[in-house]
Amino acid sequence: MSKNNEQEWPLWEVFYQPKNGKPYEHAGSLHATDAENALQNARDVYARRNEGIGIWVVPSNQITASTPEDMGPFFDPASDKPYRHPQFYSVPRAVKKRS
Amino acid sequence: MSTETLTKNDAFITYLLRLADDRLILGQRMAEWCGHGPVLEEDLAMANMSLDLIGHASALYTYASELEGSGLDDDYFAYFRDDYEFTNLQLCELPKGDFAFTMARQFLFSSFSYFQYQILKNATDEQFKGMINKHLKEIKYHLRHSRDWVLRLGDGTEESHKRIQDAFDELWMYIGEFFHSDEIDEIMLREGNGADLSSFKDEWKTMIEETFKEATLTVPDWDQFMMTGSRKGMHTEHLGHILTQLQFLRRSHPDADWK
Repeated sequence: MSKNNEQEWPLWEVFYQPKNGKPYEHAGSLHATDAENALQNARDVYARRNEGIGIWVVPSNQITASTPEDMGPFFDPASDKPYRHPQFYSVPRAVKKRS
Repeated sequence: MSTETLTKNDAFITYLLRLADDRLILGQRMAEWCGHGPVLEEDLAMANMSLDLIGHASALYTYASELEGSGLDDDYFAYFRDDYEFTNLQLCELPKGDFAFTMARQFLFSSFSYFQYQILKNATDEQFKGMINKHLKEIKYHLRHSRDWVLRLGDGTEESHKRIQDAFDELWMYIGEFFHSDEIDEIMLREGNGADLSSFKDEWKTMIEETFKEATLTVPDWDQFMMTGSRKGMHTEHLGHILTQLQFLRRSHPDADWK
């Protein structure tokens, strides 16, 4: 897209909710003129095969993201802290079913 | 079968074919945008709408062939009838024009269909009622999407405003047919399967006028000259051309089979 189109048709990120109670998941991105247009385009681009029951669209430039340089300080400290994972006891079947 | 039941059945078939022909021809026109949309997202949106419309036509043709009962299938209605046998609105067969023209036409058609289907969804015939209710959901989306573009183009740039105003001015003489009613409509209405077109004409006009106002467009003259005759098989020069494209493959291989 040309620079002019990039301004008139900015990028949006699309999230959809697969089922009631489930968290929204990132589906992809698209170009749209405004929020309503982005919502409609999301419906046409990402909701063609029963993907979900709800859609969020967010201007891509409103998302603050970590950079590859952040990987060390952000994620490495977690790797030697297995006690943060609830893996030392068995989960009752009834609870498993619910998730 | 008494003469009266035959008439009712014939009227039902004719009615289904009218609805189906509108959707097949408009769907085919919309499909011409596939791969030519202004942006990828809109290309997909138009292909979706086109497939919705052709899907509606297919369901209606299938039901018509069941009622017809002589073994003709939905393919016969779509591919083996000639132009004078098609009863689609002339509005549907006009060339796709530019993007503004396509959206203006879709808005006029979808808004009319929306009101018409709001009544037909309470039809007494269960199978007919079922498909109308299913299709109405998609019509609502077509209306939302096309209306949105009417607002955006009308209240957009000088160029987009001019293009969509020109489109409506050109399309205007084809909207009179929406509310044309004949003996088929009367029989269907009596049987509880039709829609009294006059009952929602004012409401439809209000929707058009409000949308035009919001889009800063000028409403053309409601009382200007209007085309007629498509329900009797009278068409513009464009129908024959679109049918040659639509029917060519099927007629070249009349015995072809998917299986």
